[in-house]
Amino acid sequence: MTTHSTDRQSPGAGAAGSKAAAAIEKARAEGRAALIGYLPAGFPDVQTTIDAGIAMAENGVDLIEIGIPYSDPVMDGHVIQEATVEALANGFTVPRIFDVVEGITRATDAAVLVMTYWNPVMRMGVRTFSERLAAAGGAGLITPDLIPDEAAEWLEVSEELGLDRVFLVAPSTSPQRMQATVDASRGFVYAVSVMGVTGARTSVGAAAQAVVDAAHRAGAERVCVGLGVSSSAQVREIGAYADGVIVGTALVAALRDGGVEAVAELTRELSTGTAKVPAGGAA
Amino acid sequence: MTDMHQDSGLQGADAGAADAIDAGTAEAFLSHDQTLRHAPGPYFGAYGGRWMPESLIAALDELQDTFEKAKADPEFTAQVAELNKNYAGRPSLLTEAQRFAEHCGGVRVFLKREDLNHTGSHKINNVLGQALIAKRMGKTRVIAETGAGQHGVASATAAALLGLECVVYMGAEDTRRQALNVARMQLLGATVIPVTNGSQTLKDAINDALRDWVANVETTHYLLGTAAGAHPFPSMVRYFHEVIGDEAREQILEQTGKLPDAVCACVGGGSNAIGMFHGFLDDRDVALYGFEAGGEGVETGRHAATITLGRPGVLHGARSYLMQDEDGQTMESHSISAGLDYPGVGPEHAYLADIGRAKYEPITDAEAMEAFKILSRTEGIIPAIETAHALAGAMKVGQRLAADLAPGEQASDKIIVVNLSGRGDKDVATAAGYFDLLPDDSAEQEIAQEGEQL
Ligand SMILES: Cc1ncc(COP(=O)(O)O)c(C=O)c1O
Repeated sequence: MTTHSTDRQSPGAGAAGSKAAAAIEKARAEGRAALIGYLPAGFPDVQTTIDAGIAMAENGVDLIEIGIPYSDPVMDGHVIQEATVEALANGFTVPRIFDVVEGITRATDAAVLVMTYWNPVMRMGVRTFSERLAAAGGAGLITPDLIPDEAAEWLEVSEELGLDRVFLVAPSTSPQRMQATVDASRGFVYAVSVMGVTGARTSVGAAAQAVVDAAHRAGAERVCVGLGVSSSAQVREIGAYADGVIVGTALVAALRDGGVEAVAELTRELSTGTAKVPAGGAA
Repeated sequence: MTDMHQDSGLQGADAGAADAIDAGTAEAFLSHDQTLRHAPGPYFGAYGGRWMPESLIAALDELQDTFEKAKADPEFTAQVAELNKNYAGRPSLLTEAQRFAEHCGGVRVFLKREDLNHTGSHKINNVLGQALIAKRMGKTRVIAETGAGQHGVASATAAALLGLECVVYMGAEDTRRQALNVARMQLLGATVIPVTNGSQTLKDAINDALRDWVANVETTHYLLGTAAGAHPFPSMVRYFHEVIGDEAREQILEQTGKLPDAVCACVGGGSNAIGMFHGFLDDRDVALYGFEAGGEGVETGRHAATITLGRPGVLHGARSYLMQDEDGQTMESHSISAGLDYPGVGPEHAYLADIGRAKYEPITDAEAMEAFKILSRTEGIIPAIETAHALAGAMKVGQRLAADLAPGEQASDKIIVVNLSGRGDKDVATAAGYFDLLPDDSAEQEIAQEGEQL
């Protein structure tokens, strides 16, 4: 697979102080693709999210992604939206995201990123939100409806606080936008595997590899693939060309149906797929 | 052309920067012969932009590019003009409402008759234009959101006319309440998909349409029904509705020899209002009024008065005023009128409000229904309940104008133009229920109780 110069200084490659980059590089050094697990905060309650996050970290996840439940999650499919609706109905409020992040980072050394639609951040204030996230030990933000073009304030504040900025790239992303997005990202670049929303799929399709290759060519050192991944077989397939694999819906469904123990079990199963085939190891 | 939009490139503007805008901005532009017309987006002051998933940016770019080229192509503008004239029935009339005017302080009131368009409202202007754009992009399928069904019916109509597949997303609750409009869309060949996600209302229908769009963007155009959403939707939807204000300005000059003192429109997402306002934006002596749904009263929390009480935020791709709680969660809006029942508003209205060029006020359900009744009985025109908000607003504006006359002036020297955005056929059951006109055991009574809009 592609090798990348390690002294690239653009923001897209800047690993210095990046918790997400460190987690992915650690996996790489062990000959693995990083495993990234997603759960929405407050589903069904805050303590369970913390327990499930810790369980993921103890069973093979390198990076934890915690979503803020939001009223209008346009990039999410039914399973995740149902979970976030329940979290909100159970009284989740945005400031509790910092309790979740702190609860997990205190108990494990997994990097914890927050996945959030942009309005809740804007409402609290980008700076206030970022400072509280940093204080809670959070690594940074994954922003599904914020493109770098609109992110001036977040670029500035995240730079100042050393927070990761994970923007998305998609099969439809033009070469110019790919370059701009890679350059604006910090930690890793999130490659959307298919044109669609979150939800388990039996196959993530060939488009994903093309997106990852394009991001690597644009200089991204770490590209992780999300949307639709639900089995260790898919983790293995994607891990062969990507630097990390993101699993969401399958973990949410596991938590819904079997609680924290089911999350731990699925994480163990998924993590059996992360070993890179020897020829592909880039460590 | 428009210096204020010089940094309208997506990279350039500092969209996240300011909630507040220099109130003198509009004045400054106008006094320097600068125009507020034809604002191209993506930004309207601090509003607008593209707060959208990356997956959709390529489609928005393609749409913008196609739209820009179409505007400059005489063949396209001729096609739009032809459909407007020989299909939609434009130009719509400008009717003086003399008996209704007695309820407006005695000022002269003129109604811009969008209710006479094919399908019964202004919505047809936008759907014909966008369906033509969809065809130019080689798309074979259009998707749309709808609340009560007005935009869904209009979209299904345009799709039938131009041979496009049409899928309409509608809140599950609304599909039950609006069974007849669902049938209407189906008669026109469209597929209606009930939305069961989230609050199952219009905003969730938009969410599901966006999800469909992400997955099918190769073949599909999202035919958004109002002047909101990500760039280029706000300026494109306005463009197709500009014909309202352009015609109205010409007609009022022809009928009265002068410009009106005030122009009134109702504001849901803002499409009929921006189309009407646009004709008068640079006429600094013409006051522009947008009337939002005050629901049960803005103090009750059950309303849709987005500009009056909302705060800037992002929803469905644009930064604008938004009804949101302190966590930034979108709040549910409430209005007797399904077409105004939306917790967001188009970004150009947010800008016009901030710079003071247009004023936005809430009208309660009760005020709107009173105006609904008065117009029906004084002019023989049953308005849409959305439109009734503009009429109730015009009554207030007229009374204020009449109370504020200069020495020697008469109320009849003052002129108001109201955008009569749609006809009330669809609202007969709601109105009959509201005014208690139905026998207790009638089938319609049951329907009206559920808020059916026929
Ligand atoms: C007759 C009529 N007027 C007004 C509206 C409100 O929409 P907008 O604010 O986009 O004009 C609607 C929406 O359904 C409508 O049907």
